[in-house]
Amino acid sequence: MTGALDTDVLVLGGGPAGTWAALAAASAGARVVLADKGYCGTSGPTASGGNNLWYLPPDGPGDARARAVESRFEQSGRLADRRWMARVLDETYRRVDDLAAWGYPFPEEDGVQLRGSLQGPEYMKRMRRRVHRSGVTILDHHPALRLLVDDWGVVAGAAGLARQRAAAPWTVRAGAVVLATGGCAFLSGAFGTNVDTGDGHLMAAELGAELSGMEFSAAYALSPAHGAHTKGLMMQFATYTTEDGAEVEVPDPLTARTRVAELLAAGERVYARLDRAPRDLRAAMREAQPNYFLPLDKAGIDPFRDRYPVRMVLEGTVRGTGGLRIVADDCATTVPGLFAAGDVATREPVSGAVSGGGAYNGAWAISSGTWAGAGAARFGAGRARPRAVPAGRAGLEPGALDPAEVVAAVQAEVLPLDRNYFRTRAGLRRSLARLDALWRRVAAEGVAGTGRDRLRARQAAALTAHARWSYRAALARDESRGLHRLVGAPTRDEYEHRILTGGLDEPWTAPEPPADPRLGPPPVPWSADPVHESPGALA
Amino acid sequence: MIEVVSAARCVACDVCVKVCPTDVFERGPDGVPVIARQGDCQTCFMCEAHCPTDALYVAPFSDPAPPGSPHADEAALGPALGAYRRIVGWGSGRTPGSRADKNHLFTRRVRVVPERPED
Ligand SMILES: Cc1cc2nc3c(=O)[nH]c(=O)nc-3n(C[C@H](O)[C@H](O)[C@H](O)COP(=O)(O)OP(=O)(O)OC[C@H]3O[C@@H](n4cnc5c(N)ncnc54)[C@H](O)[C@@H]3O)c2cc1C
Ligand code: SF4
Ligand code: SF4
Repeated sequence: MTGALDTDVLVLGGGPAGTWAALAAASAGARVVLADKGYCGTSGPTASGGNNLWYLPPDGPGDARARAVESRFEQSGRLADRRWMARVLDETYRRVDDLAAWGYPFPEEDGVQLRGSLQGPEYMKRMRRRVHRSGVTILDHHPALRLLVDDWGVVAGAAGLARQRAAAPWTVRAGAVVLATGGCAFLSGAFGTNVDTGDGHLMAAELGAELSGMEFSAAYALSPAHGAHTKGLMMQFATYTTEDGAEVEVPDPLTARTRVAELLAAGERVYARLDRAPRDLRAAMREAQPNYFLPLDKAGIDPFRDRYPVRMVLEGTVRGTGGLRIVADDCATTVPGLFAAGDVATREPVSGAVSGGGAYNGAWAISSGTWAGAGAARFGAGRARPRAVPAGRAGLEPGALDPAEVVAAVQAEVLPLDRNYFRTRAGLRRSLARLDALWRRVAAEGVAGTGRDRLRARQAAALTAHARWSYRAALARDESRGLHRLVGAPTRDEYEHRILTGGLDEPWTAPEPPADPRLGPPPVPWSADPVHESPGALA
Repeated sequence: MIEVVSAARCVACDVCVKVCPTDVFERGPDGVPVIARQGDCQTCFMCEAHCPTDALYVAPFSDPAPPGSPHADEAALGPALGAYRRIVGWGSGRTPGSRADKNHLFTRRVRVVPERPED
C-alpha cells in the first residue's frame, strides 16, 4: 500500500499481540488495518521461537489458579498485580480455546489435548490466516515511523514507509491505534528479535506516553557461542565447564545463569553439555524444542556428547518486562487513542520484576492484545478525527550521523554483561552521560539515510531512547530486584513500588503513585469466575 | 545466517522475499531471489520453513560463513536444505510438528524452581 487509508483501528505490529488485537477489534465490528515492519506470521520471537504459556484451566484441581497467582506474585518481587494475573489466566485460557476450535494441531495425551505450548511457525501462520479471514487489511513490510495526532491531542493514525515498494510513504488515518511493536532487544541478533527495536516506545513517548519497569530490561539468555538461538528450557540438563574442563559449581542447572554470567563477564570461556538429560527423554527434547537442536545439528555438535561454548545474548525488554504504562483494563496508555499490547507494554502486572519470557509474555500478548483490540474498537469506531498531523522528530529527517555508528554506540553501553547484567551506580552514570550526549547529537544533527534506510535511522534513535530510559530507571531503583541487579545492593522494602519514566530531551523518573482510593477498585467486566470475584480473598 | 539459494530448486515464487522478517532478499532478474542484505539476517530459519521447494539453507552461525565453508556450498549440503520445513511438518503428506510437541514434560520441572530459565 502507498498513499493514504482510513480505518477505525490501526494495529502496528503483527506478532501475537497485534494479531489478537486485530481479531478482537474486527469481531467488535471495527474496520481494521494491521501494518507490520516485517511479515505478519513470521516476524518477532514468537513466530520463530514459540511460546510456553502461563496456562491453567479453571477446572483444575482445587484452587489451582488462586494458588498459582499467589506463588507467582511472591516470585514477581511483589510488583505484579493479583487481579491482573487472574485476568490474564482467564483470558488466555479462553483464547487458547479459540485456537483449538480453529484447528491448531495440539499434541494429545490419552485423548486430551495439551494446550500449554505453541510452536511458533504453526501458531503465527494460523493467526495470520485468521486475521486475513476476519477482513483485516494486512500491510507487510510497512514499518510505521511516527504516529499522527489530531487537534485534540488524540492519536489518529500512523505513517511510515513501504520498504518493498521503493520505500514509498504511507499514511493510515484511524480512530484509535494499538501499538504491538514488541520490546527492544537492541539488535543483539537473538533469533527473531531484530525487528524489535523499540520503535513503538519512541513514537508513544513523543506524545508524552509514560513507561514503567524499564529497569527490568537486563534480560540475557544463553545460546551456543556460534549463534543466537537463545532457547533456554533444555539448559535444565546442562553441565557447565570452564576452559580447563573444571565443572562450574551450581546448586541446580536451572539457576546457573548468574554464575555463568559472572564467568563470561570476567572473560572466561564457558562450555555446556546436556549430559544430565536422561536418555529416554532425549528424543522428546528434540520434539519439544526443535530450533534449539537444529542449529547444533547443522554445526555438527552432538549436545549430549560434546561440550560447546556458550554466550549470553541480550534480549532487553523482549524477555525483560518494562514498557509503556497501562492505565486501564483495556490497555489504554497515558495518551488518548493509544493502546498498548504485548511486549511494548509493561508486563509488570503479571510478571513484576522478573522475566516475562517462558510463560507470562506469551499469555500477556494473547490477553492484552485481545483487550487492547476491543478497547481501541470502542474508542475508535466512527470517531471524527479532524486534521491529523504527523508527530515525532528524532531520526525522522535525513541528517549527519551514520545509523550503524549510533547503534554501535548504544550497544557498547547495553550489551556488555559487566555494564548491564551486573549494574553499578557509577557504571550506570557513566553510560548515561555517554547516551545522553549521543541523544543530543541524534536530535541536533539527525541520522543519515534515504529511502528504506529511513527505517535504520529511526531505529537508531529508538534504541538510544530505550537505553536511556532503562538506565535512568535503573538508577532510580537503588536496590536489586528481579532482573535489575545492582552489585552489592540488596532488595529493600521501601522500593516495593513501580518506577515510571518518560521524556526524550529531558527524561524523568518517578515512583508510581498509589492507586487513588476514591476511585475504588476498577470495574471487573471480564469474568464471573469465582476465583476472580474478590481479589481481596487472594491477598 | 542465510547462505544458500539453490537456483536449481527455486521456482521463483517470491515466498521467501515476502516472509523474511528483516527483508534480506531481493527478487533477482531471473526471479531467483538474491541475498541482498545478509548482514540483516537474524538466523530465524523462517525462510527455510516457508520455501515450498527446500531451496534455502540457513547456516547456524550469527556471522557469514567464511569463503570455502561447506555451509555455503550447495553440493556439500545436500539434504540439509529445507531441514526446518521437515521438522515443522509442512509439505504434503507431513504431520505438523506441533502434534509431537513435548514441552509439557520439561516445563513441569521448571515450574518448581523459583529462578526459572525462560523459554
Ligand atoms: C528466544 C525466545 C523465546 C521465548 N519463549 C517464550 C516462551 O516460551 N513463553 C513466553 O511466554 N514468552 C517467550 N518469549 C517472549 C515472547 O516471544 C514475546 O513476549 C512475544 O513474542 C511478544 O509478542 P508481541 O506481539 O508483543 O511482540 P513480537 O512478537 O516481538 O512482535 C512484534 C511485531 O511488531 C513488528 N514491528 C516492530 N516495529 C514495528 C514498526 N515500527 N512498525 C510496524 N511493525 C513493527 C515486528 O515486525 C513484529 O512482527 C520468548 C522470547 C524469545 C526471544
Ligand atoms: S521461497 Fe524458495 S522457491 Fe520461492 S523464491 Fe524463495 S527460494 Fe525460490
Ligand atoms: S533466516 Fe530469517 S532473517 Fe535470515 S534470511 Fe531467513 S527469514 Fe530472513
